[in-house]
Amino acid sequence: MNRTALWIRTGVILAITLVGVYLVFGPRRMPTSADFTWEGIKANLAENINLGLDLKGGSHLVMRVKLDDYLKTMTENNAQAALSAINDHTDPKIPVASNATVAENGNYNFSITLGDGADPDVAVEAVKKKVDLQTWNETRSGSTITWTLGAAAQNTLKVDAVNQAKKIIESRINTYGVKEPTIQNQGSPTSGQILLQMPGVDDPERVKALIGAESNLALMKIVSAANPAPVTTYPTIEAAKASLGGTVPANRKILPYAERDEPTAAAGQTPDQKAPTKYVVVEYPAVVDGSELRNAEAVSRTGAQGDYQITFQFKPSGAQKFGDWTGKNINNYMAVVLNDEVKSAAFIKSQIFDSGEISGKFTKESAEDLALTLKSGALPAKIVYQEERTVGPSLGADSIRSGVEASLGGLALVIVFMLFYYRGSGVNAVVALVLNMLLTVAALVLIRSTLTLPGIAGLILGIGMAVDSNVLIFERIREELKAGFDIPTSIDLGFDRAFVTIIDTHITTIISSIILYMAGGAGPIRGFAVTLILGLLINLFTAVFVSKTIFNWEMNLRPKMNRLSI
Amino acid sequence: MLNPFDNIHFDWLRRRRLFIGVSIAIMLAGLFSAVGRELVPGGTDSFNMGVDFQGGTIVTAKFRNRPSDDDIRTALNNAGVGDPVIQSTNKPDEVLIKIPLLEAETNPNGATEQDHTLQVQAGREEVKKALDTFGKAAEGDATLDSTPDAAYKIIGTDSVGAIAGSQLRNQAVIATLLGLVGILVFIAFRYDWTYAAGAVIAVFHDVIMVLSFFSIFQWEVNLTVIAAILTIVGFSVNDSIVIFDRVRENVPLRRNDSLFEITNDSINQTLSRTVITAGLVILSVLALVLFGGEVLRSFSLALLVGLTLGTYSTIAIASPIAIWWQAKLGDSKMKEAIAPASTKGEKLASSARKSVTRRPVTR
Repeated sequence: MNRTALWIRTGVILAITLVGVYLVFGPRRMPTSADFTWEGIKANLAENINLGLDLKGGSHLVMRVKLDDYLKTMTENNAQAALSAINDHTDPKIPVASNATVAENGNYNFSITLGDGADPDVAVEAVKKKVDLQTWNETRSGSTITWTLGAAAQNTLKVDAVNQAKKIIESRINTYGVKEPTIQNQGSPTSGQILLQMPGVDDPERVKALIGAESNLALMKIVSAANPAPVTTYPTIEAAKASLGGTVPANRKILPYAERDEPTAAAGQTPDQKAPTKYVVVEYPAVVDGSELRNAEAVSRTGAQGDYQITFQFKPSGAQKFGDWTGKNINNYMAVVLNDEVKSAAFIKSQIFDSGEISGKFTKESAEDLALTLKSGALPAKIVYQEERTVGPSLGADSIRSGVEASLGGLALVIVFMLFYYRGSGVNAVVALVLNMLLTVAALVLIRSTLTLPGIAGLILGIGMAVDSNVLIFERIREELKAGFDIPTSIDLGFDRAFVTIIDTHITTIISSIILYMAGGAGPIRGFAVTLILGLLINLFTAVFVSKTIFNWEMNLRPKMNRLSI
Repeated sequence: MLNPFDNIHFDWLRRRRLFIGVSIAIMLAGLFSAVGRELVPGGTDSFNMGVDFQGGTIVTAKFRNRPSDDDIRTALNNAGVGDPVIQSTNKPDEVLIKIPLLEAETNPNGATEQDHTLQVQAGREEVKKALDTFGKAAEGDATLDSTPDAAYKIIGTDSVGAIAGSQLRNQAVIATLLGLVGILVFIAFRYDWTYAAGAVIAVFHDVIMVLSFFSIFQWEVNLTVIAAILTIVGFSVNDSIVIFDRVRENVPLRRNDSLFEITNDSINQTLSRTVITAGLVILSVLALVLFGGEVLRSFSLALLVGLTLGTYSTIAIASPIAIWWQAKLGDSKMKEAIAPASTKGEKLASSARKSVTRRPVTR
């Protein structure tokens, strides 16, 4: 190989090395002299390498949105709305033989049976006008109309619900002040699983409560005598049921009414809630619900702890609905319902348009959390936690130290052996190994991959493969020398022959690592696969190209060489 | 030039029955351990499954004054947590507390989603409740140093519900099997499917052997073990390919020798590389076993066993199987093709033809 070609190769190697050094140790701004001190280098290193939660500490949560509940609720609401639409239809009046029935378990459909003489076409038209049932398949059998949610539509709804849940979770934790959280789907989007990673949060209890908090706000009309009579309450569920004739029709609900003690509790405590000894009957569906909220705020009347309440404002559409309804219902009782519990019941003094309040004696913290969850909207369904992993920063630091120590220890052993066993040529191997490590880390920085503990393991194994490549090449050169070839031919043959093997071994491992990456989910296996793949790709460059270039320089500078130190 | 591996002429293939016998013996021991443990009433399970695959909670706590393992166990039992596992880490003041799935969840009929929430929510709380008997915890951002009256701090939690546990397990098994299929296809494409079969059988051998060790010694099987097994698979195949590659190269050069001789010599020719690489990698892994800490213990143990066995299986399992299969194929081909001139070439099986056409014979 002539000098020019060698210089070009050397230039390529140097350029790549410099880029690698910059990626790993360099600052992402104009360098200053401080960047060349030991402290500066360490700071830049910490800045550049994106450490995983297991190394720097943080929380890893896998949760699942209960999508079946979501679809079930949706079916029930639609059934109710469809029934109301038919009942409200005049000219002609449509007789209904039964209430809407909703299928249980897995099948999302509901049926309405019409009475004698009813025209199903008119009924369907009436429903279509009021309820959006585009994705529902409508079938008829006699006077019964059934609406079914098809599989494709189910999936679409599930994906939407998961996305909505992700957005809500994101806004909740952003407000809470978690830095750089990761929120993504885990597994297939229809599985309802969401992965949440929060670096730096090592006690996730409050965040978990905040995320899982249900905030289904609804303003509902109470079935009661109008003001000035007091609101009609019942001491037991049975009594409330009896008032409805023994069964609860679909357009009524019995809710517990929890009265709160007056604010006598000590500062810092939410006053004890009395057991919900009373029940009220409300009209269902709600007049306005939480999705119409524009804003919610925790406010204190007196500034004392335990004296907070939440005020809220509606969006224009909600305000319109609320205004219309309150205008028609002056002196009727209205309930502020939070998570199926009546928080307050009051009569309507005058028409109200856009705001309301949840009174009750909250602490500052609980009022703020509640306002936050109200503002971010209601989750489409309940969330359950499947997996929680937290690592405190000190535990993370320990893992780094032991991982790095083990890696460096392994590397030192390898270097000593290579120099001892292969003498002069061992230097080639050492250069190749060190460069391999540097470039692998640089590649991790470049693709913004996260270095995790399994990732460090992948790095160690990548180094193992790199050593193997060097050994394969050197052993082969030795064999060729022994077979009587001169030094340049032996080196060329050694590299050529070993290269075939190296390519095969590397491709095999890369193939299995790629499959591992794809099938391994979001878990720790991925970090392992990524560093291993990068390490192997880079090894093809360092063990073959770089090492060969060094041999070539050696031969070029000492053409009469009669002994190769190997 | 240092070279202790010159002129080794060990007849590996002649001893193949011995090797395969040893392997089968260890596998039988593993099978015996796995099945036996399952059959003995009240005994341990086949595998010591970690919380990753089984569900459960691990809490890492740092104490100001570390109570004895027995005290911690008693405190947990008093708090109603059965079967806790207490482990020391390489730090004197830290302790790993592992509790199994809470009762409600192990009941297959009553396992509702509420119960799964229970595990992830309650696992940590149960442990905390028990540890509170030793004194107050440093909560949130507070450290032991910043709160003088705190007795301990929970510095890490791993809590996995039963559903997530089985998902992780299935995912890991599927990923491994798919990876093996990928390897099989690639070797079949590059060499010959008999080689692919040999390499893959060797891989299965390694994985089963590692699992046998894990069952016999009851080491904990967790997610990192899967990563280790995948590494072992990679290295085992790597070793097999190095030898196969040499066989492929030697076959057209030595048309008068039998495949058995060629393979034996190929193993011996690559023996120096095998020993050096395997030795270095195993040494590095040993560093991991010694200094890698408790978190990596299962991982590094699996690697240590697997890499050692992987090196051995390449020589003792993969090559004999590939050769045996090739010989079978060669024999039948000879019977079919009566043309004697081509028999020598045919006897060397399909990879030989590939080799001749694909690779120039330079020597």
